[in-house]
Amino acid sequence: MKPTDISDPDYFHKVVDCQYACPSHTPVPEYIRLIAAGRFNDAYMINWQSNVFPGVLGRTCDRPCEPACRRGRVDEEPVAICRLKRVAADNKTDIRDRLPEIPKQKNGKKVALIGGGPASLTVARDLMPLGYDIDLYDDQHKGGGFMRSQIPAFRLPETVLDEEVNYILDMGVVTHFNQEVTSLKSILEKKYDAVFVGTGAPRGRDLPDLPGRKEGGANIHIGINWLASVAFEHIHKIGKKVLVLGGGNTAMDCCRTAIRLGGEDVRVVVRSPKSDMKASPWEIEDAVHEDIPIYENHNPKAFITEQGRLVGMLFDVVEPVFDDKGKRTLVSTGEEVMMPCDDVLMAIGQLNSFPWIERDIGIEFNDWDMPEVDKTTFQTSLPQVFIGGDAAWGPENVITAVAHGHQAAISIDKHCHSEDVLDRPAPDVNLVSQKMGFHDWLYDVHVSDDARHIVPLQDKKAAIADRKLEVEKGFDFSQGYEEAMRCLNCDVQTVFETDRCIECDACEDICPVDCINFIDNNTEDNLREQLKVKATNLDQDLYVSDTLKTKRVMVKDENVCLHCGLCAERCPTGAWDMKKFLLHTATAASNRRKK
Amino acid sequence: MTYVRPNFRHPESHRNAAGYSIKQYEGALSTLCAGCGHDSISAAIIKSCFDLNLAPHKIAKISGIGCSSKTPTYFLGKAHGFNSVHGRMPSVTTGANMANKDLLYLGVSGDGDSASIGLGQFAHVIRRQLNMVYIVMNNGCYGLTKGQDSATADQGSAGKRGVASVFDSIDLCQMALQLGAGLVARCFSGDKKQLIPIIKAAIKQRGFAFIDVISPCVTFNNTPTSTKGYEWVRDHLEASGTIDFIPDKTEITVDYPPGSSRAVTLHDGSQLHLQKNAQDYDLASRKAAMNRIETVKEKHKILTGLIYHNPDATDTHEKIQTVDTALNALSQDQLCPGSEVLAELNAQLR
Repeated sequence: MKPTDISDPDYFHKVVDCQYACPSHTPVPEYIRLIAAGRFNDAYMINWQSNVFPGVLGRTCDRPCEPACRRGRVDEEPVAICRLKRVAADNKTDIRDRLPEIPKQKNGKKVALIGGGPASLTVARDLMPLGYDIDLYDDQHKGGGFMRSQIPAFRLPETVLDEEVNYILDMGVVTHFNQEVTSLKSILEKKYDAVFVGTGAPRGRDLPDLPGRKEGGANIHIGINWLASVAFEHIHKIGKKVLVLGGGNTAMDCCRTAIRLGGEDVRVVVRSPKSDMKASPWEIEDAVHEDIPIYENHNPKAFITEQGRLVGMLFDVVEPVFDDKGKRTLVSTGEEVMMPCDDVLMAIGQLNSFPWIERDIGIEFNDWDMPEVDKTTFQTSLPQVFIGGDAAWGPENVITAVAHGHQAAISIDKHCHSEDVLDRPAPDVNLVSQKMGFHDWLYDVHVSDDARHIVPLQDKKAAIADRKLEVEKGFDFSQGYEEAMRCLNCDVQTVFETDRCIECDACEDICPVDCINFIDNNTEDNLREQLKVKATNLDQDLYVSDTLKTKRVMVKDENVCLHCGLCAERCPTGAWDMKKFLLHTATAASNRRKK
Repeated sequence: MTYVRPNFRHPESHRNAAGYSIKQYEGALSTLCAGCGHDSISAAIIKSCFDLNLAPHKIAKISGIGCSSKTPTYFLGKAHGFNSVHGRMPSVTTGANMANKDLLYLGVSGDGDSASIGLGQFAHVIRRQLNMVYIVMNNGCYGLTKGQDSATADQGSAGKRGVASVFDSIDLCQMALQLGAGLVARCFSGDKKQLIPIIKAAIKQRGFAFIDVISPCVTFNNTPTSTKGYEWVRDHLEASGTIDFIPDKTEITVDYPPGSSRAVTLHDGSQLHLQKNAQDYDLASRKAAMNRIETVKEKHKILTGLIYHNPDATDTHEKIQTVDTALNALSQDQLCPGSEVLAELNAQLR
């Protein structure tokens, strides 16, 4: 293998599994250390810079970082990264003086944002400090989009959402609330320099052809619409017997909301086996904790109505059958089950929908009637129109929408300055030695052995009685500290300097996880086989040095490196050093600011 | 201002046939200088014992005084241990071995401990063929007292102080050969591929097994002018061949080209396969081994690998004809059979 090029920011970025997995690439270990140090404002601002909604995400994020967390590979469970973010948000003091200054002298460019959700708000956050004039259009009465209408208040208190939405709106965004945009053409006619569409995936899937759908219509609801009606206080109660169809996070929110609105026998019914449910495991856990049963392998067959009123649903019991290629089909067992109910909530998927974009204004639509959006620039075929968030390619999550917003803001800024949108700015990277002295490092190498700490909850009865009472209490300071100390500091990189090595093997001997090897060079496949412990995790790179004096090379399997620093500690010549790698993804105009 | 070893280990590292994980063979974190060769030897001992499925509590590690003699703290934390008096490791080991011959005795010593203050003990424990593995961690200097030349420092070799040694060195392997050790080997701490199979063979050897491991002192004796530094040793190694240790009852699957390897069968039936230089000399001949060491020395090189092996070696217990049961396991009835037996014995002497 060739020596690893550590000057490529991607190499060390990949080692920081959590940050790499995060769509917005938030520097996770950096803010976790700040939390442990009690520097909540600093921790919050690192988050705010990167993911814009730390308080919201600290409660509701889909946490792609946690399955990626290295701790999960050496221990039972990953670090509770998401809930640590909340610790920063909960414990911070007033941070408004740290928000970017908004120039009084505007740059003369006008941008319209359609939809007031996380993607649009991120665009505003990135562009307002650059002097843009921004108009935001949304059909709701407040900003936040789906974060407001679909995430129930017992998971995300309105005050938290308001605070973080207002940090952005208070920058001077001109809001046009309660105003549904019905024509993109009319927006374009207002001569904006750029238009960003962040309208989400607003159409909930229905089962229009199921018998009884029309007759029982009054008590059959689309999940997301129903959640919005609850959030906006149009709906205050539901029948005693409720069936929730679907196995995603929306279904979990629906069932938990239903028991808070008077549902007594609330059931979640899914077509597939439980193990295939799309909902995040922790959201399923929360529903189960509230004693909501989940029925698997039940395929909806008909709505049963009596005298024009919904009285139940008929299900076909299926079983999963796998063919030779492992492809699953759900085959009917012939058994039918009838479940009586007063209401049905359908949470079986969401679609994008663009009836308001005229097809003759220059935006190309593909075979599925979706606009063509560039994966990197978020630009459509109409150069001044950009699309991001769920609106771009269908339902994802808040953190992905934020990541889209950042990238779209870069593109919009480049477009407004007549620069090539495909020329993407490089991230801001820093690599600094952490050595302070003898056995002394700038980071705390004493990692806690504790199992993952459990977030304390409200009393179940009290929580179910009050729709707006937040169920999770969040970690307090000391629990937050304990959990923060579980972080392995994967951003503190083991950096090897071939010329300094005297091949004494001290690092190889001390490494608690046997990831360092001094062996003859070979192809990657062969090296992976020949290491002390075979490097079977192909997602994780091998760090290969230049050729050493004995013609061997140092090969380190990054997979389960604990970043404990013992290799550097035991190296007599300083060939190993622990260097903190800090990567901030580029933001709009970062290329111009540097000049 | 201190450092600890994390408790996590590689999730895919397995347990050996005895059911132990590698962690159960580890000791405390080393306090020797970073880069010390001794730590590599500790790691090799840990790996050897793990691979051989030895029960940690059936091992006794005994040492004298010095950097080398500190190492038993850093391996086999679950074994018996005795950090004894300077140069007196052999007699303490002898005592322990006499009382309980069922343990594996791992004697760890240094060049000062064995070649200076303990030279007499070194000679006699070999002469008595005590059943033990005797490892000398040889760095040619007194590391614990700031690096003065030891008795194994080669004439002309200069450490950090820059002054060359004026005396000739003691070659412990030659001494061991002369005094009747059953297995004699020399290794380099920086070459675990060779060190580990040799430690395994020494453990399996009945009687006295001696390994002289050249183990650079990074702090005081790792200069280009020192014959015990990493660089010099690597440049002057003359290995007696690549070595594989093949445990007893293992089907030999490695295919050695004819004439390229030879097997040394150990006491319990396990084998050492030596490749390269296969036809060198008769490993069971002391004379040939002596010759070989001298020939290589004349070329200013260091002979490493298995130097001598006596397949018929015995041990002290066999020589002095002790009972089969370990003495500490004998009951009072067996040890003091009573006045009748005594009277009978006395009668025989009348």
